[in-house]
Amino acid sequence: MALKLSDYKTDVHNDWCPGCGDFGILNAIQMALADMQVPPYKATIFSGIGCSGKTPHFIKTYGIHTLHGRVLPFAQGAKLANPDLEMIAVGGDGDGLGIGAGHFVSAGRRNVDMVYIIFNNAVYGLTKGQASPTLKLGMKTKSLPQPNVNNSVNPIALALVAGFTFLARGYSYDVRHLKDLIMKAVAHKGLAFIDVLQPCPTYNDINTKEWFQGLDNVDPETHKAMPRMYKLEETGYDGVVHDPSEINQKMAQVIEKSNEWGGKIPIGIFYQNEHVPTYQERIAARIPDYMENAPAVQQIADNKGKTITSIDRLLSDLRVDK
Amino acid sequence: MEKTTTNSLSWVIGGAQGSGVDSAANIFSRACAAGGLHVFGKREYYSNIKGEHSYFTVRVSDRPVHSHVNEINVLASFDAETIFRHFEDVTPGGAIIYDSDVANTLLSEVPTVDDHAAARIKKTLEKAGLGLTVQDALGHAKRRGVVLFQIPFFQLLQEFAQKANDPALSKLTRMVNVMALSTSMAIMDFDNEVLARAIQFIFRAKKKVADLNVSASAHVYIYAKAKFAGSNFAYRLKARPTEKDMIIVQGNQSSALGKMVAGCRFQAYYPITPASDDSEFLEANEILDLNDSGKKGSTVVIQTEDEIAAIAMAIGSALTGARSATATSGPGFSLMAEALGWAGINEVPVVISLYQRAGPATGLPTRHEQGDLNFAVNAGHGEFPRIVLASGDIEESFYDTIKVFNLADRYQMPVIHMLDKAIANSVTTCRNFDPGKVGIDRGSMVRQITDKDKGVAGNYLRFKLSDNPISPRVVLGTKDAIFWNTGDEHTEEGHISEDPELRVQMMDKRMNKLELALKEIPDEDKAVAHGSSDIAIVSWGSTKGAVLDAMEKLAGDGTKVKFIQVKLMSPFPSELVRSMLNGVKTMIDIEMNYTGQLGSLVRQHVGREADYQIVKYNGRPMSLDEVYNAVKRIIGGDAPRRQVLKSGA
Repeated sequence: MALKLSDYKTDVHNDWCPGCGDFGILNAIQMALADMQVPPYKATIFSGIGCSGKTPHFIKTYGIHTLHGRVLPFAQGAKLANPDLEMIAVGGDGDGLGIGAGHFVSAGRRNVDMVYIIFNNAVYGLTKGQASPTLKLGMKTKSLPQPNVNNSVNPIALALVAGFTFLARGYSYDVRHLKDLIMKAVAHKGLAFIDVLQPCPTYNDINTKEWFQGLDNVDPETHKAMPRMYKLEETGYDGVVHDPSEINQKMAQVIEKSNEWGGKIPIGIFYQNEHVPTYQERIAARIPDYMENAPAVQQIADNKGKTITSIDRLLSDLRVDK
Repeated sequence: MEKTTTNSLSWVIGGAQGSGVDSAANIFSRACAAGGLHVFGKREYYSNIKGEHSYFTVRVSDRPVHSHVNEINVLASFDAETIFRHFEDVTPGGAIIYDSDVANTLLSEVPTVDDHAAARIKKTLEKAGLGLTVQDALGHAKRRGVVLFQIPFFQLLQEFAQKANDPALSKLTRMVNVMALSTSMAIMDFDNEVLARAIQFIFRAKKKVADLNVSASAHVYIYAKAKFAGSNFAYRLKARPTEKDMIIVQGNQSSALGKMVAGCRFQAYYPITPASDDSEFLEANEILDLNDSGKKGSTVVIQTEDEIAAIAMAIGSALTGARSATATSGPGFSLMAEALGWAGINEVPVVISLYQRAGPATGLPTRHEQGDLNFAVNAGHGEFPRIVLASGDIEESFYDTIKVFNLADRYQMPVIHMLDKAIANSVTTCRNFDPGKVGIDRGSMVRQITDKDKGVAGNYLRFKLSDNPISPRVVLGTKDAIFWNTGDEHTEEGHISEDPELRVQMMDKRMNKLELALKEIPDEDKAVAHGSSDIAIVSWGSTKGAVLDAMEKLAGDGTKVKFIQVKLMSPFPSELVRSMLNGVKTMIDIEMNYTGQLGSLVRQHVGREADYQIVKYNGRPMSLDEVYNAVKRIIGGDAPRRQVLKSGA
């Protein structure tokens, strides 16, 4: 029997603010899971801390709500112990690029085959609106006592140089587009990152839904709002590294495109490179049966509870009469 | 001439870090072990890659030994610094083997002797009316009856190079370590064949190097035999048939071996002294043999970006059902505190091997201390259950390692396995490990759930409230058993809840597991009483060796002392320790820290204050003699309440 969207929903009361961008992302994740017909028990959603951290509780798959900034190590540990399971990590921009930035960079170096989605609204919502690492320099969102004194980090460019092999940006109110991105990210062989722009209707009064829609940016001729978002794929942009010789050129265009902000903001796939071995493949190169006999599925004792591991070879090396 | 002492001595080799002190000591230890003798060795080194002074002490005996002594009977050296650092500790009748080329080296010419050490050495030599060269230090020793054995290492190397037809002398200078060792073996009249076998064994990965070292060793051995034929040196080592089933093992191997047997299949770590060796040993042996099966097992070992990631990955892995661990030392464990609480509230079985070193902050990064007991018992904010178990020696640490995984699974909580630098960097002969001695107990881990594990809505309840505080645990990927985890307080399903009544129920559920653990854990894993007396030493961890050996020495004087070795630190076995202290008139707390942390735990849980405290915090493990002397002083009635031990270079 085909799995329906409702099969991925829990009855946990959702206490996000009305109009929160998180809803769009939650829906997109659930829709992607349903479209891909992932059996709920085969998937685990990991999250960090903050409003986005509550996401797993609304999704009827395994859900692991971890610590602030630590979602990637938790998820990578689980994925590497059981590469057979589908792991999606989610978290906020402060979670992933502030307190968790070290893990973000290190995850790129590993290229574990999984997906990481950042809910990017440029503020720390749950702690009442402090500036996050993606808030632009000099911006003063409404609960900031002073304008933001830090420059912002470019999540896509950072992920690129860290070594993520799939880079995309979505917009939380373009749910179908985001759903497609998530499906492509899951299908990608390697570590996929999706930066999802979303309004925080309560604390970010600058990058609002209206701002993203371009209500302040009216075409003088048509008198219509000009939405800031545009889709890379509609401009002929191709981020896929078809051959390793293209890497430098493809990386360069990611830097250029990901720096676009203000009037025009690109969404879509910035980069995809499947020529880099995944961490699982790197382990399997040393442990040949790793994929079938990963840590989680290995038998360690017989039915009488006796160990089945033999260390005789190692002990014999230690014998004094050796 | 003194009488000859055979098969009971303390041997030290020293040299610059990176010059092969370890290899030489490993060869010596293995040769002795292969010669049927018991050894206990310990390694001391600076936080440095090359150049600083390191040394290795090995005590050899025809009976089991568990500790080192302050005295040196044979000092093998090939540089100036080793003489300056250790000449005072060599006993009358003992030997110093030294390089003739360093005899005129001035103390001030050895840059790695720091100002504090230099001032102490200077004071000693000046007080004796001597100058400040190696020769003067040797003279000082000679006055006390130490026998000097001068070896012209460079000349011997030249001869050897000619003989070996290898003009690359620079390559050969790396072998002075083995040459110093070989000289010591020659003067002690140890069997050269057994020595050669040990050299072959230690360099077994590099056949050419092994052969070269064996020849160089033989060359020097023959030279020293001839040159010192008439010395009639008082200390002898005589090989004898080996006892059955003995191994020689290092403390950084034992727990890793235990992990393999325990079925630990995932370890994440961040490099840190002295814990990294544990992970590296696992990784070097990542493919595992399985009994009666052509199949292989394997351990995934991951070097993470920091210790936060290390414990987080281990927890993530544990959620999938793999037995998972991390290994660290104090600074790394400090970073793990938050995740430890997460594992506590989510009832995740994860093992942390905590190899203590001297703190705080970076402290003495390569030196020993038992300063993290309070921290291990209390780390993390809020209140959550954890098990803390401390091993007393290398052999114990093997079996305890299997047990800590069982405890983690059985009680679904983080387990901190306390080890330390003294254990990690020591080597000992002991009975061969018996991998079948401790079984594998995965507790209430289930591969599928039953109706009674479900709630009214038909959902699996990971944290089901019932008479049993331990709920059946499934792993990620189990069909029809979806659950949630959160660092927040949670419902039975694992969803966030701030309900005051549920909070109490969940706290009670988690904390009640400790009472259950306390009921079920066998006494011998809680605390062990060695001997009986109304004078009792209370101690823990690696002081065990020095305490046991001191007890034996005291018994030789006719003084019986009891030793209560506490192993389980959380939950604390109050009743058992109380009963062990019954009838004890004098309680002596012995620990490698400043405050007496176990003493405070005993006071907290048993309501008994130690009458005397013997503590040490200079970074060097306790020796047999200093424990013996300090206890002797207490028995003699003239000891202060607190004695601070200070031995060790």
